[in-house]
Amino acid sequence: MSFVQNLPFFSIIIAMFSGILSSVISGKKARNLSLFAIVVTTLMSGAVLAYCMRTGESYTYMMGHFPAPWGNEIRAGVLEGLTALLFGVVMLLAVIGGMHHTFRDVEEGKINQFFIMIDLMLSSLLALIYTNDLFTAYVFIEINTIAGCGLIMIRQKGHSFTAAIRYMIMSQLGSGLFLIGLSLLYDVTGHLLMSPAKEAVAAIESAGNYEIPMLVILALISVGLAIKSGLYPFHSWIPDTYGYATPTASAILSGLVSKGYIFLLIKIFYRVLGMETVLASRIVNVLFVFGLAGMIMGSVHAIFEKDTRRMIAYSSVAQIGYIYMGIGLGTREGMIAAIFHVFAHSATKALLFISAVGLYEVSGGKKDYRSLRGAGYRNPLAGIGFAAGSLSMVGFPMLSGFISKLLFATSALQSPRKMMVTLLVLAISTVLNAVYFLRLVITLYSTRKSDEAQSSGEVQSSDHAGTVKSGVQEGVAAQRWNLKISVACYIILNLILGLGSQPIIDAIARGLEMFG
Amino acid sequence: MADFLFNNIEETVSVILFGIGFTMLLLQQNLIKKIMGMNIMDTAVYLFLAAKGYIYGKMVPIVTDGVLEASAYINPVPSGLVLTGIVVSVSTTALMLALTIRLYERYHSLNLDEILMRAKKEEKS
Repeated sequence: MSFVQNLPFFSIIIAMFSGILSSVISGKKARNLSLFAIVVTTLMSGAVLAYCMRTGESYTYMMGHFPAPWGNEIRAGVLEGLTALLFGVVMLLAVIGGMHHTFRDVEEGKINQFFIMIDLMLSSLLALIYTNDLFTAYVFIEINTIAGCGLIMIRQKGHSFTAAIRYMIMSQLGSGLFLIGLSLLYDVTGHLLMSPAKEAVAAIESAGNYEIPMLVILALISVGLAIKSGLYPFHSWIPDTYGYATPTASAILSGLVSKGYIFLLIKIFYRVLGMETVLASRIVNVLFVFGLAGMIMGSVHAIFEKDTRRMIAYSSVAQIGYIYMGIGLGTREGMIAAIFHVFAHSATKALLFISAVGLYEVSGGKKDYRSLRGAGYRNPLAGIGFAAGSLSMVGFPMLSGFISKLLFATSALQSPRKMMVTLLVLAISTVLNAVYFLRLVITLYSTRKSDEAQSSGEVQSSDHAGTVKSGVQEGVAAQRWNLKISVACYIILNLILGLGSQPIIDAIARGLEMFG
Repeated sequence: MADFLFNNIEETVSVILFGIGFTMLLLQQNLIKKIMGMNIMDTAVYLFLAAKGYIYGKMVPIVTDGVLEASAYINPVPSGLVLTGIVVSVSTTALMLALTIRLYERYHSLNLDEILMRAKKEEKS
């Protein structure tokens, strides 16, 4: 056994223990420990990816000394390694980019608690990615939920408590459904590990027993995880939570947390229930329809939203819809497109949230998007970052969003019954995306003079200019290295995903084959 | 049909309880009642698991009188799952209750609709 095979387990444990350690050290030290943990786990994920690419096969890692049908297992393959690597990078950049705001938003003595939540979030995400055991997945889903709730409510201002309670209620509904689905699955198959459970499911399928229970299990697990990842009709908690949390938390919640659940759902589809069963049950069609609805409705909500961050949050609803639509297509290409969009969206959405912070800082901290007029000149790098993120969301060539839209469109061509509606909704959703994202970008790069000419009351306008001026002065001081580095790295990440997409798509395809 | 339900009385009851808890968590406006609903929902799952792990006439899987055959005992795995589940449910309940306290201190209400309304009003002013 090679040493690299230990690394998935090490990375989960390192993240978890740094969280525990953070509870007894000061805020600054907790920050350094947290950054260290993220860097180390990301490097480890990279090593796992390289190892699996080289050997060309996945492996399971036995935890404790109980062999397969009883013990607990970790499984790592190309797709797990790639996802963990990308999530680690996005998380690192989100923590670095929002650092200043974290220290300003969080009470003095509680900064180490914020980093406990970050560490727990990291470890639970890694565990969701790597686990081969269903009940472990449930436990880490709950840890993820609790850490997410902590990240939302640590900023004890404004709406954060109401946002947190709504998040908790919806999450608990989702985990309740997932748990009962899991219990039913355990009853039918008698296994909690994914590989033996899949064999049992296949045996049940071929014997033709338990058709209705299997359908119920599939529905419960899919709906439970769909609620937790914020698929369209269950999206009501998204705008509040993403809109009012501290920027790092918004970026992590929108970019990573919902994606962790989607990854788990895909893993369960492939590794437990078997993709043929899932396709035969037609549950994918339900996900497909809700995905399409989300693509349209999320964008429509975003158009009517004035608050920039809530606008980006509603755009997340639409993008989650894209991912479920890809899963719902039911083809291998559709799944590849969905997973690529998971990567593209986590890189892009985190970029948008972090660069939006840079723009606020130079615009007096107002929430209304119209106050951002000209902010692209006052903080050039954040402006470029925001523009790049917006263009990627709309689907501009060279950026990651374009590739995922292309993949969605080409994969739609292969399932004739869903082709027309997919292409049509894709087109409408792209236009709607363009409406609000380009409106934002144009606002960023339009000069202030037209604004003053438009505003009717002179007193009001001068007052407005005054606040903006003080905002500018604060903003110039606020243009720190960490925000710049983070935004620049996010743009590079986007370009890598957009320009060098072929190896990544190949890796995803290989990873899906390994899921088998 | 009724026979089926009666023969699997534990499962029937636990599914009904799950439904009650789920509906309470979803539809009740009072936060405390929501939390109670959440607990009922979780407990229903534990009842379901415990019922599924029990084998009629078998013993608790703790070796005291030297009987080592597995067939003498019930299935211990669901009991382990229930224990884990209880730990998870206790921690989420504690978190929800703490959140409720903070919300009550701030908005002086336990009704979620009213809290959201007051929060909106607070934002406008």
